[in-house]
Amino acid sequence: MTAKERILAKLRASLDGSTPVADDYDEALLTTPWAYAADKRVDRLREVLEAVHGETRLTTAADWPALVVEALSERGIDELLISPATAHGQQLAAYLALSGETLKLKAYDRPVEEWKETLFFHTPASLTGTLGGIAATGSLIVWPTAQEPRLMSLVPPLHIALLKVSEVFDNLHEAMHRQRWVNGLPTNALLISGPSKTADIQQTLAYGAHGPKELLVLILQNA
Amino acid sequence: MSSPANVPEAPIEFKRNVREALADGQLRRNFRGAMDFLMAKRAAQFPDEDERERLRTFGNQVRARALSRLPELLERLETSLTRNGVKVHWAETVEEANAIVHSIVQAHEAKHVIKGKSMVSEEMEMNHFLGDHGVDCLESDMGEFIVQLREEKPSHIIMPAIHLNAGQVASLFHDKLDVDYTEDVDRLIQIGRETLRRKFFEADIGVSGVNFAIAETGTLLLVENEGNGRMSTTVPPVHIAVTGIEKVVENLRDVVPLLSLLTRSATGQPITTYVNMISGPRKADELDGPREVHLVLLDNGRSQAFADGELRQTLNCIRCGACMNHCPVYTRIGGHAYGTVYPGPIGKIATPHMLGLEKTRDLPSASSLCGACGEVCPVRIPIPALLRRLREEAVRAPDDVPHHLRGQGAKYSAKERMIWKAWSKMNTSPALYRLVGYAGTRLRGLMPSNIGPWTEHHAPPRLAARTLHELAREHLGDE
Repeated sequence: MTAKERILAKLRASLDGSTPVADDYDEALLTTPWAYAADKRVDRLREVLEAVHGETRLTTAADWPALVVEALSERGIDELLISPATAHGQQLAAYLALSGETLKLKAYDRPVEEWKETLFFHTPASLTGTLGGIAATGSLIVWPTAQEPRLMSLVPPLHIALLKVSEVFDNLHEAMHRQRWVNGLPTNALLISGPSKTADIQQTLAYGAHGPKELLVLILQNA
Repeated sequence: MSSPANVPEAPIEFKRNVREALADGQLRRNFRGAMDFLMAKRAAQFPDEDERERLRTFGNQVRARALSRLPELLERLETSLTRNGVKVHWAETVEEANAIVHSIVQAHEAKHVIKGKSMVSEEMEMNHFLGDHGVDCLESDMGEFIVQLREEKPSHIIMPAIHLNAGQVASLFHDKLDVDYTEDVDRLIQIGRETLRRKFFEADIGVSGVNFAIAETGTLLLVENEGNGRMSTTVPPVHIAVTGIEKVVENLRDVVPLLSLLTRSATGQPITTYVNMISGPRKADELDGPREVHLVLLDNGRSQAFADGELRQTLNCIRCGACMNHCPVYTRIGGHAYGTVYPGPIGKIATPHMLGLEKTRDLPSASSLCGACGEVCPVRIPIPALLRRLREEAVRAPDDVPHHLRGQGAKYSAKERMIWKAWSKMNTSPALYRLVGYAGTRLRGLMPSNIGPWTEHHAPPRLAARTLHELAREHLGDE
């Protein structure tokens, strides 16, 4: 017998004659305490996210590229990792061309193995979209894709994320249900709630452990 | 870890460890501060008692449901993961699990392994095992990295370096990493970040644990704050996840209550910075992520706990650590004194199934049964009841009904059993009771002044001159 067969045989023998526990899923308990009025939902998300050092800015679908440029120049950063294949990547490129800003755009357009050194040590900031947000926990729903790979939201010290107000849900249960996650999760799905942090040394909170030191969320109010 | 069944194993030297820990003032201050901090953080996350209690019941129900269909769900998990391109391996023992990991390491001629936090890999002593086979195995969680540099084990399942203060970490980094001495925590964390960043980059294989394995979708869910878990499972070309067979849940939606209970109970956070859901290796058109993902499912005594309806509840555990944070014993002696991978209340009920009661005979008794662990457990494991049950199993007579627990009866003593039988006989026979009472009071001058451990710290007890019966009769005499 293989290890699998031996383990399963032991477990089956132990369950012999017993009845499976019924599924009494208490949906109300996961939604009612975490429901927000439409005009308070984004406030709640910002409040929880800012409590863990996430930075949020309210803007619009047309104006956000200027905020990106501003945030980067405030920090003295002159290049940004983007995906040229996404609508927001193209919108930012078009804005830069028109405004004559000197920000250098870098594309994640080849497998990580081909530019690991640059990604890890010479990429100060990135911009990605999100699939939505969760008000209760101040979380961003990020599903990396071939265009916006996994490491874009992890390796650069500053991560700028775009969040549409229409895609902010009250709680995880609602987000999962409304977006039908069960019908097809990507190879990697993430909830991101603030910049990377740790309290492993004497319970003292420090930001920028292994992931981004800063998370800037641009909330698009009319999108 | 395993030894021939007929050779009794030497018990962990728990009492000696306890004496040492209690004498270490620094250690006790570090733990007291840390536990107070974690208890306050948890309490702040559960302002509504009704919501908290109902959610605990819900969490218990989700775990009990998963366990009630465990074999079926494990097979379903394997099917879903296989469909997603993840290779599933099964191991009954830690030796088998290590052999599986080693075979993957060999297939890739890997030299450097980077690890996210994984308590199951601690059970396996994977670092040691791979080190013996010439493979460098580096911990990347800040706390784990610190204890590895000190050549220690984690003292807490969530906060591995909780027994140290900033000054101790400052000295360690100064000595081992050749950096200037600083007690500034931000700076210390940046030193850790810079040291480990290159290691993620160079690693051939990443190893992680699993918080929840979702059968329905074939998803491995991991929670963390630092990003090292995401690094370990994303950057190296191969990812190996190791987990216990009990970690499976039925449906994706089942993780919603469990996730909320886990992060709020563990560190008092509404959610961790990252919830990382892995459902497969890199696809052909994707630009990063591991090209291979493996899951090793480890039994290591879990099926023994599973075999008994009461003890099975041990496997509800979602490894939040709240039981140790609230334990008066753990707070005073710290995590290392237990001498086991899982310290504190959960360790005392889980480890006997992994190592046997021979080795862990002192653990179930290391409790005042105050009940705090059971009260805070997010999945309602009745830890005090399970401790009492294991005490019973530890002294079960050899000719008694077997309960199939390894090391059962390890503390059985014929003399002790005889004394209790005599005690029971005396208390159930009125004539004998009176006789013993009379003899005891009249011969009280013969009472020894040194009675074992009791008189080490207390005055010797003195019997009264007359029995309670006599005194009562005198008092009530005329009525």
